[in-house]
Amino acid sequence: MELTRRDALAALAAVGATVGGGVLAGRYDPPRADAASDAGSGSAAEPTLSTDLLDLLDAAAEVVYPSGVDGRRTFVETYVLGRTENQPAYREGLQEAAAQLDAVARDWRGQPYADLDADVRDKLLRDLGVETAEPVADGTITERIRFYVVNDLLFAFYSSPTGGRLVGIENPIGHPGGIESYQRASMSPSSAERSGGTNER
Amino acid sequence: MSADGGSGGSDGGVGDGIDRTPSPSADVCVVGSGPAGALVAHRLADEGANVVVLEAGPRFEFSERTAQQEQHIRPGMEDPWEMGGPRDAYSTEGRHYPLNAARVKGVGGSTLHWQGMVMRLHERDFEMQTRYGVGTDWPIDYDDLRPYYADAERAFGVAGAMDNPYAPPREEPFPLPAFPPSYSDSLFAEACERLEIDMHSVPNARNSEPYDDRAPCLGYGTCKPVCPSGAKYTAESHVAKAEAAGARVIDRVPVQRLEHDDAGETIEAAVYATPDGTEHRQTAGQFVLACGGVENARLLLLSASEQHPDGLANSSGAVGRFFMDHLFAGAGGRLDEPTRQNHVGFNTSETHQFYDDTEPVEGLKLEFLNYAGPSPVIEALGADTWGDELAEQLNESYGTHVAVGGLVEQLPDAENRITLDPDRRDDHGNPVPHVEWSLGERTERAIRRANEIQHAILGELGASIEWTVGPESTGPAYHQMGTTRMGSDPGQSVVDADCRTHDLSNLWVVGSSVFPTGGAMNPTLTIAALSLRTAEALSASLSDP
Ligand SMILES: Cc1cc2nc3c(=O)[nH]c(=O)nc-3n(C[C@H](O)[C@H](O)[C@H](O)COP(=O)(O)OP(=O)(O)OC[C@H]3O[C@@H](n4cnc5c(N)ncnc54)[C@H](O)[C@@H]3O)c2cc1C
Ligand code: SF4
Repeated sequence: MELTRRDALAALAAVGATVGGGVLAGRYDPPRADAASDAGSGSAAEPTLSTDLLDLLDAAAEVVYPSGVDGRRTFVETYVLGRTENQPAYREGLQEAAAQLDAVARDWRGQPYADLDADVRDKLLRDLGVETAEPVADGTITERIRFYVVNDLLFAFYSSPTGGRLVGIENPIGHPGGIESYQRASMSPSSAERSGGTNER
Repeated sequence: MSADGGSGGSDGGVGDGIDRTPSPSADVCVVGSGPAGALVAHRLADEGANVVVLEAGPRFEFSERTAQQEQHIRPGMEDPWEMGGPRDAYSTEGRHYPLNAARVKGVGGSTLHWQGMVMRLHERDFEMQTRYGVGTDWPIDYDDLRPYYADAERAFGVAGAMDNPYAPPREEPFPLPAFPPSYSDSLFAEACERLEIDMHSVPNARNSEPYDDRAPCLGYGTCKPVCPSGAKYTAESHVAKAEAAGARVIDRVPVQRLEHDDAGETIEAAVYATPDGTEHRQTAGQFVLACGGVENARLLLLSASEQHPDGLANSSGAVGRFFMDHLFAGAGGRLDEPTRQNHVGFNTSETHQFYDDTEPVEGLKLEFLNYAGPSPVIEALGADTWGDELAEQLNESYGTHVAVGGLVEQLPDAENRITLDPDRRDDHGNPVPHVEWSLGERTERAIRRANEIQHAILGELGASIEWTVGPESTGPAYHQMGTTRMGSDPGQSVVDADCRTHDLSNLWVVGSSVFPTGGAMNPTLTIAALSLRTAEALSASLSDP
């Protein structure tokens, strides 16, 4: 199962963000606390995601998404970039939650979160109580990780057509998938199958 | 930009630089900008009247709708319509009435959150006393309202079809084609055919194609509470039209009370407060209350005076009494095949076959849901696991649910009522509304009857029945009605057939608070029809003072 650019854009549409094409080039700059905060219209000011943050989110996505998902890193990057563009408060909350998760990994396991094995990453989240935590943007560390890391990644995934398809619905809530699908007896062929995952929205 | 944003500034302390001081020479002051108020404001402004609309809640920018949709889908975020808190405090007695889930304060009113199913009342709904000796008759009948219903359907842009054999008479088709039936409707259709139950389309205030400069439905699936495409009608449409016709709409200015002349015969001013706490007096020739089914009564009670010690327009004692809602009845379960739920957030089939039955006499209508069972994304966000385990769980829980919902009529009862709570105050120091609401034995019987039919349908379909919402677990459908009832006898009712109060000659009340009985149809098309009728009567009194 392949996550496409279209999925990321669909997930972004569900949070009201729009992204220009250039962003998708996926440049991995060194960590910068203020990356994307000054995103303007010029190409020089295109937002970027620090490699550290992207590594961590992709590493978390590998755990919270089902196995066998291709194109995950690009999906995560596209989504999170669009998500945080022009939303400094959200970006700050995300960065803070990510930094806290990383700090816990270093304390408990002596390594950055992204460098741990997938099953250790999974266990670490569960040991932190994230699986049963309420998502609270300004709550405890565990609650913030649930809100900004786990739930944001799950929201992006399961409100996209590809994530929805995996569990039987090609037009999930939050995705403007038109008014044909509810009339059909079964899932239509995926748009990626039909159009090759181009960038129409 | 907001030089006068501070306390005492003309923007009332909001900081947006928008003038919130009174209009100097208003012909008409409308209180509330939901569909009831917006339609009256638009019609009168269009005819050249100087109209000012005072709205307690804020303006919600359309550009924020997707962000609000996310607030709805994701746990741990704010209510997208910001309901609750000291501004909206209330108390209840009897069955808990969740008032702040049942209304929105903002430009557009509760239609910001509503579902948008819109149907006409039946002929019998206007004469329940004459026909069955229950409730009370309306002072008007279906024929009086019929042209205004058609007008209201054009205003909302209703998508519907003429396929309902139980609907009251109509000549003209709906403005927009109906949404086609869902796949799950087709499953129900076979079972219903065997049971000789007729299914038909649902009139929806939702664009099945572009209409009135609004987009067609795009299938976001979150109609209630937020439609990001604008396909679902909200009264923001008629607020915008009213403004284009010259009306002034001021947000964040809750009216505190109405003030009358020395004789107590006409209203002189609506006193409103801005967020910085400053009070202003908006004078006008005519006043229209359009605050929704609870606040209409509350504002009349809050305006008690020496001449009107029990509240304005309350010589009958009926203000606040006869509070009614529709009761939800439902049942659901699972099939052993895909049912394709939760793609869209609205329904495409109903049956009104049992509506006019006499055993019981309470109206009831049944809805075949397109959103039975969980939505995977919402379930995922509240799940206790992730990864493959979560995907398995979602695969197991999504995909085979079915449900039949429905609304049941509650007859008027004077003991169900809105009063002022002497012990609690809102953010401006006014007593909060106190909602006393219970169900009688006959309402419970009618709910059981709805359940019986729902179980029969699910059984015929071959579904397991996993849940039932019956008399114990039922709740209101969020249609607050009856608290300023309409009638021809000033000793028994608050407003006349034109929705003008019996006691004060320039005070009008619009909304479902004027319904003497409520039937079992969602109320807002009837609210709109009555508003359009009231606008006509009010307009005549403007030109002929
Ligand atoms: C979840 C939900 C689903 C619904 N679904 C349907 C449906 O499918 N079909 C249907 O027909 N109906 C439905 N309804 C009901 C429908 O929303 C209402 O019937 C309709 O909005 C009432 O219109 P109104 O203008 O009378 O009041 P409202 O829309 O409630 O507007 C009243 C306005 O008055 C303002 N106000 C109140 N007090 C004051 C004051 N003192 N000063 C100034 N302003 C004030 C409020 O802020 C509000 O904006 C639903 C409601 C809810 C909550
Ligand atoms: S399904 Fe509902 S929310 Fe989505 S576009 Fe249609 S009306 Fe709006």
